[in-house]
Amino acid sequence: MRRQKISEKFSELRERKEGALICYVMAGDPSAEGTGEIVKALVDGGADIIELGFPFSDPVADGPTIQVAGQRALAAGMDTRRYFELVKTLEVRIPLVCMTYYNPVFRYGVEKFVEQAADAGISGLIVPDIPVEEAVDLNNSCEKYGLDLIFLVAPTTTEGRVRKILEKGSGFLYLVSRLGVTGAREDISSSTRELLSRIETGIPKAVGFGISTGKQAAEVREAGADAVIVGSAFVRIIEEGKDVNDRLKALAEELKSGIRRAS
Amino acid sequence: MTEINISEFPTKISSLSELADSKENSGIGETSPVKGKYGKYGGQYVPEVLMPALEELEEGYERYKSDPEFLSELDYYLKEFAGRKTPLYFARNLSRKYGSKIYLKREDLVHGGAHKLNNAIGQALLAKYMGKTRLIAETGAGQHGTATAMAGANLGFETVVYMGAKDVKRQQMNAYRMELMGTEVKPVETGSKTLKDAINEAFRDWVTNIGNTHYLIGSVVGPHPYPVIVRDFQSVIGREVKEQILQKEGLMPDSIIACAGGGSNAMGIFHPFVENTEVELIAVEAGGKSLKCTEKAALHSASLCAGEEGILHGARTKVLQDKNGQILESESVSAGLDYSGVGPELAYLSESGRVTARYATDNEALEAFHELSRLEGIIPALESSHALAYLKKASEAGELGEIVVVNLSGRGDKDLETVLSLRGGI
Repeated sequence: MRRQKISEKFSELRERKEGALICYVMAGDPSAEGTGEIVKALVDGGADIIELGFPFSDPVADGPTIQVAGQRALAAGMDTRRYFELVKTLEVRIPLVCMTYYNPVFRYGVEKFVEQAADAGISGLIVPDIPVEEAVDLNNSCEKYGLDLIFLVAPTTTEGRVRKILEKGSGFLYLVSRLGVTGAREDISSSTRELLSRIETGIPKAVGFGISTGKQAAEVREAGADAVIVGSAFVRIIEEGKDVNDRLKALAEELKSGIRRAS
Repeated sequence: MTEINISEFPTKISSLSELADSKENSGIGETSPVKGKYGKYGGQYVPEVLMPALEELEEGYERYKSDPEFLSELDYYLKEFAGRKTPLYFARNLSRKYGSKIYLKREDLVHGGAHKLNNAIGQALLAKYMGKTRLIAETGAGQHGTATAMAGANLGFETVVYMGAKDVKRQQMNAYRMELMGTEVKPVETGSKTLKDAINEAFRDWVTNIGNTHYLIGSVVGPHPYPVIVRDFQSVIGREVKEQILQKEGLMPDSIIACAGGGSNAMGIFHPFVENTEVELIAVEAGGKSLKCTEKAALHSASLCAGEEGILHGARTKVLQDKNGQILESESVSAGLDYSGVGPELAYLSESGRVTARYATDNEALEAFHELSRLEGIIPALESSHALAYLKKASEAGELGEIVVVNLSGRGDKDLETVLSLRGGI
C-alpha cells in the first residue's frame, strides 16, 4: 500500500485549513500483533500521521510512561527486524514516522537502518538524542533514501541553533512545549506560545510533550501550531489495557475535533 | 565568594588543564578538530533541550579553569577539606612479594574515603561560580553521591542524588550518610533500578531544571565537556604522583595501574603521564564472573576489553550492548565498576594503544583485597582491588615493571558487608 509523504499530508490539510494530529505509540507494546489494531484505531479516530516508537533500553528524553512501554515492547521481543516487518504489514495510507534513539540506529548501521526504514514505508525519522551537529551521517542517509529527518527545538534553543536545525530538518519541526521529558501534563505553558511565535520557517511546526486533551490541542492549534503531537496519553491507555482500541479511537477523535475547532 | 582569606593559600595550580593544553584532548598528538572528540569517540549525543546547558557549562569551565581566584579556592578545599596531598606510599611487603618496587597512591585517605571528592568539590565550586543553587548527581554504590553530598553541604547547595532502588537497598548506610548531610536521596524504580537508570533519571531532572541546577557527573563519561572537566579535576592525582615519584626515585615509573569502570581515577592518574610514552598505563576493568554475556546482561563490566562502539549517556564510546543496540546490564562484585560504558577518552587511548586494557575477575579482586589487608594493613576498596589484582597476573607473566604505581582509589570499609556475605559470614 502506497503511503503519503509527510509533505503531501500537510498540503492536503492546508487546503482544508486544518491542523494535523500526530499520534505516538510504541511498536510492539504490548505485542507486535496488537500494534496493528492500535494503529488502526488511531487512524479511525482521525490521526493524520503515526509516530511509531522503536524501543531503546535507556530513553533519556522520555518520561516514565514511554520508558515502561519500551520495556514492555522489548520484553515482548521487539527488535529491528520485527519492527520493519511490522511496519510493512500495517495497512495505513497516512505517513509513518519512526522515533527511536541513536544507539539502535548506529549499531544496526546508519545507512542500512535508513534504507530498510524507507523500504518498509517509513516517511520520516525522529532521533531525540542526536543534536544537529552529530547528525551528518544520518542526514546523508536520509537524503539518499528520501526520508525526512525531523529535529526537535526546545524553549531553551538559541536563535543560532534554530538556524542550524532549520538548515538540516525536513518534514516538520518538533517543538518541545516545555522543559522536561515526554509525559501528559495539565497546563500548556506560555513558553509554547513564545516558541511558536519566534520561529519562522516554511516547514510545518508540530508541538509535543504534555498534551492529552482536546482542549489543550485546541489551545496549541490556536497559538499557531500546524500539528499537535500526543504520545503518553495514548500509551497510558494501552498500559491500562481496558477497552484499548475504543478508548484510543475516542481520544484521537476528541483531540482531532479540538484541532478542527481551532482551525 | 567565601569568607576565606584566599591570599593565605598560595595557588599551586596555574591552570587545571596546564598539562593538557599543549596536546588538547588526546594528549598524544593525534588531535581532532571537533571539540570534545577523541578520535571518533566522545561528542554530545543529548536531547536538544540540554545543548544550551552544555554550552553554558563549557563557557563557565573555560572561563574559570584558569581564573586565579577559582583555582586558589579550589586549592584551599583540596588541601583543607579533602586532605590533599595524599601520600605516595612505598608498599614494602607487597614489593618484597612481587619483586618490584610498588607504590600506592593513597586516594583512600581523601575525605570520604575515595578519590571522588576531587571532582565533586571542583564541580560544586564551578557550579557556585556559575551561579547555580542546586546540585544533582547519580550514584551507584554511593561513593560519588556521598562526595557530592559533602561538597553540597559544605558549599551550601540544595542537593539531590538519584540512586537505583536496588542500590538504595544494597547500600542503606551510604544512603543514610548522604541524608545526614542534608541530601535528598531519590530511589529510581525504572529499568534495572541501578546506576544507568539513576543516570537517565538525573538527565531528566536536569532537562526539567536547567536554569538553577548543575548536574554533577561523577566520572569521565557523558557528553562533552564532562569527560574533560572530570579528568582535569581528577588530574591532581597524576600531577602529585609525578612530583612524588621523581622525589623518591628520581625516575619515571615503568607502569601505572588503575581500575576503570567509567574511568575517573584512571584518567586522573594517567592524564599527566600520557605524554611520557615510556610509562606504561594499564586500566584494569571488572571481569565479573567471566567475560561472557547472556541475552539480557553481561556477566562483567569490561567495556574496553569486551564492549563495542556505541552511544550511551551522551557520548560515543565502548559499550556493552546486544546486536540490536540495546544496552546490556553489567555485573561486578564492586558496585563502583558496575557500569555498561566507559569514558570516551579512555576508549580512544585504549584503541590507540597508549593505554593497555586488562581485566580482573571478582575472585581475583577479592584475593587482592585480602592480600593487601594482610600484607600492608590497608583495606582497599573492591574497585581498587581490581588494580591490585593485576600485580599478581603481571608478575606471573613476567610483565611487571621495576617501579610500579597503583592507584589505591578508595578504602574498603564500605565493602566489608559484601566481602563477608560472599564468604557466607552474613
